[in-house]
Amino acid sequence: MKPSKRLEQDSIRDDVAIINAEGMHYRDLNFLIKSNSNSVRRIDIYNVDGQRYIGTGLKSNIELHLYGTPGNDLAAFMDGPTIYVHGDAQDGVGNTMNNGKVVVYGRAGDIVGYSMRGGKIFIRDDAGYRVGIHMKEYGNQKPILVIGGTVQDFLGEYMAGGILVVLGLTLKDRETCKAKFVGTGMHGGIIYFRGQLSHTGKEVKVTEIEKDDVAVLRPIIEEFCNHFNLDVDTIPLKEFKKLIPHSTRPYGKLYAY
Amino acid sequence: MKSYIEPEFIVERDDQKCIRCKVCINQCTYDTHYYDPEDDVIRSRDENCVNCHRCVVFCPTKAITIKRNTTRYTENWHWTQEVITAIKKQAESGGVILTGMGCDKPHYTYWDKILLNASQVTNPSIDPLREPMELRTFLGPKPDKLELELENGDVVLKTKLSPQLCVETPILFAAMSYGAVSFNVHLALARAAAQFGTLMNTGEGGLDKRLYKYGDHIIVQVASGRFGVSLDYLNVGAAIEIKIGQGAKPGIGGHLPGEKVTVEISRTRMIPVGTDALSPAPHHDIYSIEDLHQLIYALKEATDYIKPVGVKIAAVHNSAAIASGMVRAGADFIVLDGVRGSTGAAPKVIRDNVGIPIELALASVDQRLREEGIRNKTSIIVSGGIRGSADIVKAIALGADAVYIGTAALVAIGCTLCQKCYTGKCPWGIATTDPWISKRVNPDIAARRLVNLLQAWSLEIKEMMGGMGINSIESLRGNRSQLRGVGLTDTELKILGIKMAGE
Ligand code: SF4
Ligand code: SF4
Repeated sequence: MKPSKRLEQDSIRDDVAIINAEGMHYRDLNFLIKSNSNSVRRIDIYNVDGQRYIGTGLKSNIELHLYGTPGNDLAAFMDGPTIYVHGDAQDGVGNTMNNGKVVVYGRAGDIVGYSMRGGKIFIRDDAGYRVGIHMKEYGNQKPILVIGGTVQDFLGEYMAGGILVVLGLTLKDRETCKAKFVGTGMHGGIIYFRGQLSHTGKEVKVTEIEKDDVAVLRPIIEEFCNHFNLDVDTIPLKEFKKLIPHSTRPYGKLYAY
Repeated sequence: MKSYIEPEFIVERDDQKCIRCKVCINQCTYDTHYYDPEDDVIRSRDENCVNCHRCVVFCPTKAITIKRNTTRYTENWHWTQEVITAIKKQAESGGVILTGMGCDKPHYTYWDKILLNASQVTNPSIDPLREPMELRTFLGPKPDKLELELENGDVVLKTKLSPQLCVETPILFAAMSYGAVSFNVHLALARAAAQFGTLMNTGEGGLDKRLYKYGDHIIVQVASGRFGVSLDYLNVGAAIEIKIGQGAKPGIGGHLPGEKVTVEISRTRMIPVGTDALSPAPHHDIYSIEDLHQLIYALKEATDYIKPVGVKIAAVHNSAAIASGMVRAGADFIVLDGVRGSTGAAPKVIRDNVGIPIELALASVDQRLREEGIRNKTSIIVSGGIRGSADIVKAIALGADAVYIGTAALVAIGCTLCQKCYTGKCPWGIATTDPWISKRVNPDIAARRLVNLLQAWSLEIKEMMGGMGINSIESLRGNRSQLRGVGLTDTELKILGIKMAGE
């Protein structure tokens, strides 16, 4: 039995629907979004105030514009939609996300992109702890996660695939990022990092970026700048370092057979 | 470095019986047997033998006997053969000792110290061959009360019921991931579950698309590595189980080595071929009961609240308090996996020393939930070394709604508990991803053996229930007055909530 609740007809114009989320329980809000996610092109949601799970388990090509602050697990298990957050996001953005895109015009909390397998996440400002933890890739799914500002400890821990980019735009005067245990247990994927790192896990090495990296990185930075109206030239590629795992089998020699 | 480790087993071959057919050579995946053309004789490398019995069973003339190596170190109850061998192994490799299956130590089995009741004279026993006996079990939260209304002479249920799982017998197949076991094992489990009307559990390695058609009989698992967790996967299962821990290795993560991540495993786990599949020790989005609540509801949101979402933990010291939190976090069923819980690979030190016996955990969890008045808000499934129908009847009387069987199901398929699953070379084709060895499990035959086992145990459960004068599994649940202890201390009896035999 699939849920279904139609939007009021007068809230839809030119394939774009409007929802006022004020005082709405997340279940009602998400139910409404889900029931209409294949009938309109875009939904603008106003007065979003901590409702969890927006876009969670949503499989469609809809575009959601959220005004306010969505709650935890935004876009968890999401498969396809594009979500613009005009405000800050909380914890668990893109948790185990399969596909789609999340753009946050503000900051985000902890575990952004935990275990994400595909799609893109762009956070304009800072993010919290454990960002990109256990990101992975599969086939032609290669997740991209970009943090415009800085991050806290355990960035890219257990990372198994995908591309994680940290731009450090909120750090003043080339301050060193304070995050510790960056890339601990990492065994796949790449972290591109602009500026200085203070502490990395023993499973990763820091190297200079090469020609191939430029080709990967440039379009990602351009896309980021397009979303946030930034000048690409203010983020020169030569200021990036690359973190890659020493081995795809970091714990291969741990056992006696 | 010269190895100081001596063979554990000695292969004896009766040369009179041996017809040089070379079946043993082909069957052994550890390269134990070889043909010596000079003397026209089959010989064995004892040090390779793991005592799996594959050659013993398949030798056409029954020429092979495997013996435990009787050459032992000087008898010492403290410094046992096992201890000395382990130290030598680690001195040679510097590594953590891996093992497979569940804890094999003699202590910790309480089932054998619990006895069942039967009716005599004062209340009649029931003959299950004559009377209907109900084993059908519904798993999921039950309402505090039912509201009924009379509408045009019909009674109509007004209370909205939570999603339930219906099984025809209180026996489910435990989580065993595709990767830890072969595809044919998964297929056989799914078929047997569908045929008998029960459920199998995917384990944490995702579900092969070929098995999606059995979705109504499958519980899909979500573990910390989130392998193979996609919307389709979540939607296809009859229920979702969040795996926090497992009895064989409480508190630590899982690790499928890269060499086992074949093309097919890669497709199901949704990771590249040949990479290690590392499951972190915790879910990194769960550091508290509130976080658990968040994941439970994220999964419910993702699947439109139409199926139960449960949580599995290893039985540990404060299971009762944790279980209370799990129920309050919204777990529709909780799974407790005891110290005997099995695994495809775990550090031996963890398997044998961490966790508590399932009997004690179950009794204390059930008791706690009753005291708090929330026992009806969840179902309890227990697992970890359930060996037969008597264990199941005792578990249900102690408060479980159902049990998961893992090892027993594999034994039905052929496993001999050699405990070498972590090598990936299971000679019975069970714990392997090698396409050639996997073929040794014929899914049709394996499914039939599993269905037979479910049928036999279900009949035995009915016999035992009938003997107690109980005709429905509902009346057995939490019915501890049907249990008595022998050889237990007062504290043990108190925790189990049962009386001493004779009382
Ligand atoms: S299987 Fe038996 S008969 Fe055949 S070679 Fe081996 S020991 Fe001899
Ligand atoms: S599954 Fe195979 S390897 Fe594991 S204990 Fe059983 S027979 Fe041995």
